[in-house]
Amino acid sequence: MNLLGKLSWDAIPHDPIVLVTLAIVAIGGAALFVFMTLAKKWGWLWREWLTSVDHKRLGIMYIILALVMLVRGFADAIMMRTQLAVATNGSEGYLPPDHYDQIFTAHGVIMIIFMAMPFMIGLMNIIVPLQIGARDVAFPFLNNLSFWLAVSGALLVNISLGLGEFAMTGWVAYPPLSGLEFSPGTGVDYYIWALQISGIGTTLTGVNFLVTVLKMRAPGMKLMDMPIFTWTCTWANVLIVASFPILTAALAMLTLDRYLDFHFFTNDLGGNSMMYINLFWAWGHPEVYILVLPAFGMFSEIVSTFSGKRLFGHKSMIYASGAISILGFIVWLHHFFTMGASANVNAFFGIMTMIIAIPTGVKLFNWLFTMYKGRIRMTVPMYWVMGFMITFSIGGMTGVLLAIPGADYVLHNSLFLIAHFHNTIIGGAVFGYLAGFAFWFPKAMGFHLDPKLGKVSFWCWFIGFFLAFMPLYVLGFLGMTRRLNHTDNADWNIWLYIAAVGAFVIAIGIGAFVLQLFLGFKNKDKNLDKTGDPWNGHTLEWSLASPPQFYNFAKIPHVEDLDAFTDMKEKGTAYTRHASYEPIHMPSNTNAGPIMGLLATAMGFALIWHIWWLAGASFIGLIVAFICRAYASNTDYYVQPDEVARIENEHLDNVAKG
Amino acid sequence: MSTHAAAHHDAHHEEHHDTGRNTTLGFWIYLMTDCILFASFFATYAVLFMNTAGGVSGKDIFDLNLIAGGTAALLLSSITFGFAMISAYKNNKGGTLFWLFVTFLFGLAFIGIELYEFNHLIHAGNGPSSSAFLTAFFSLVGLHGLHVTAGLLWITVLFIDIAKRGLKDRTVTRLGCLSLFWHFLDVIWICVFSFVYLMGAM
Repeated sequence: MNLLGKLSWDAIPHDPIVLVTLAIVAIGGAALFVFMTLAKKWGWLWREWLTSVDHKRLGIMYIILALVMLVRGFADAIMMRTQLAVATNGSEGYLPPDHYDQIFTAHGVIMIIFMAMPFMIGLMNIIVPLQIGARDVAFPFLNNLSFWLAVSGALLVNISLGLGEFAMTGWVAYPPLSGLEFSPGTGVDYYIWALQISGIGTTLTGVNFLVTVLKMRAPGMKLMDMPIFTWTCTWANVLIVASFPILTAALAMLTLDRYLDFHFFTNDLGGNSMMYINLFWAWGHPEVYILVLPAFGMFSEIVSTFSGKRLFGHKSMIYASGAISILGFIVWLHHFFTMGASANVNAFFGIMTMIIAIPTGVKLFNWLFTMYKGRIRMTVPMYWVMGFMITFSIGGMTGVLLAIPGADYVLHNSLFLIAHFHNTIIGGAVFGYLAGFAFWFPKAMGFHLDPKLGKVSFWCWFIGFFLAFMPLYVLGFLGMTRRLNHTDNADWNIWLYIAAVGAFVIAIGIGAFVLQLFLGFKNKDKNLDKTGDPWNGHTLEWSLASPPQFYNFAKIPHVEDLDAFTDMKEKGTAYTRHASYEPIHMPSNTNAGPIMGLLATAMGFALIWHIWWLAGASFIGLIVAFICRAYASNTDYYVQPDEVARIENEHLDNVAKG
Repeated sequence: MSTHAAAHHDAHHEEHHDTGRNTTLGFWIYLMTDCILFASFFATYAVLFMNTAGGVSGKDIFDLNLIAGGTAALLLSSITFGFAMISAYKNNKGGTLFWLFVTFLFGLAFIGIELYEFNHLIHAGNGPSSSAFLTAFFSLVGLHGLHVTAGLLWITVLFIDIAKRGLKDRTVTRLGCLSLFWHFLDVIWICVFSFVYLMGAM
């Protein structure tokens, strides 16, 4: 038996583009390593961050992961757009098909699973426990483990860059193309294990946050009183626990087909590849609402805060989100109207899809009515909200268009579809996360970012988006299908050029964003948020210091209004100085999470390369580590009252100074 | 944060009164995710069970007498787990351990019968690679079997825990979760038995 399975020196790609990328990553990694070692920061990093069970720190780490993967996924996007801009009139461009196919697959997987998901879960981690007046999530260790499982998946995707290949199937990995017969390499295996491991982490997150909002709300806060962002996250978590197991099942079946010669989806011996496609979208469609519902919640919080008004129709927002969540489960077939289901089946799914526009429309009107007669402050988060409302409306309308089965037969698999889903996911989810990022950054980090650069970033994203994707609608109508490597049609050229320009405008937007972060950290002492309430906020997270005390609430607040903090400010009960405090019970940091994440990575890697002994050993290691963690002592401690009093008084002094 | 970690000891678990109820609710929700996992495999079985590719169908290979034996073992193990829970609530350590042990034996018998059946089928040339029907059959039944195996491991861990440290609150909460898990697997098995074996053999 070969101890290294299929792994050999041949696994390292010879493509110069990949080699240069690897070299840059290696140099960057080495520089970071030297810096951390010289600064003696490794111990601090491990004790204070990597092993942390604090939901706020985990949230920040999730967002760092998301931003790193955003850069990776965006690099893929720029490469694709430049390839398509140069590979016209029959020229082959600079990316050969086998590399290009990996890039569009990696781009999709990374942007959905390793950029959007961690970004959303990161913001949810930071804010949800604060908004409901809790000290942490229900299962802090599980939260840490979920994060490390997400990192584990992201690591596998990145390892595929330097060892072996990534899937060339598109991000949906439909069989029989993704089966062993047509994808014999390691690419699909990287895909399977990256998604499987991170998906299990996401399921655990869903369970964790559902218990958190059901069991850990501050006294006085009924379910319907939860702030809207918490509510939309809750709906997203309902969708997570209801849909991610389907992904787990679909991937497990594909795994069995590939590893043990099963016949779920093969062409021969009775397999049925449409079953995979059904299962995939039974997860995949709810997944897009998992991404966008929390973004809707962010827009709601922002519109309400910067209009200086209570959110219009809080209850209708909750019901609309619920309606979207339920409808999200009965529309999956619209991803494959062309499968050949009967006209009646297609009509049902088409109509259900169109109906989703109704609760979404309710939301849009709620936002507009919230702004009506409000005193609007045009801050950076508000720019994103405005940009979103325009962009997303267009994306929604093209969605209704695609929902007509007859139209879908024409537009299916064309660039019209690509334009549509980027229109909703960038215009809806990503704009939302960037809005939420700008909105809650001072809360999470304790200082402000330069609003000018924030606006530059917004305008570049906004204009760049329209330049990059509106041409794709046209190209779709002109008959250009998705995933083409090079083209030979003079009518298409101009639109491909414009789209490439758009991608570079977005690149400037990302550059401005990075510069904003860099300057923000450099000048942070000048821009500290001392009061903890920089926007005159409505909900409980703004009642805390920035960054919040590690125990969140010294005394669990009693909630008497929908806008709990506004209510406290009006009644004069905000910022009360208490004479004494109770000891606070807190979970201790644990190294079980990162260790299990590492073992999961090793297991995934071993399974990809057929290194069976390592796969077995790391699987057993995972079980042993979990049992050890279950029986660990020292899992919690108490913060003493004098310590709490010191931290609280310091915060209240800062508030008093203004 | 770690600097504050001085004042802690194991006893605090009991004082943190909310944890037990959170754990039980969390485990319930986890079980629902598991239920959807099974639902996906049931749905796949429903789609594929007629795709025998000219090979055997359920009628040809299901030995209902054998399966009835396994089913009886699993159903009995649910009752004995119930007895273990009653003993645990009465703080009866010996009784809990005894009934856990009996449950373990029944579970082991079930897994033994399943392995015998699988082995028999594979040796007769009806392994999971033979047709989509067999693929779906082995996967659905095997998924349940894997769960039961995990349950057996969990029973072992809790058995050792109770034998060593007695019935603490935390342990009883965990026993409660395992009880939910074990009964849940019984419910799933009733579906497997009716849907796969009975409907297949009739």
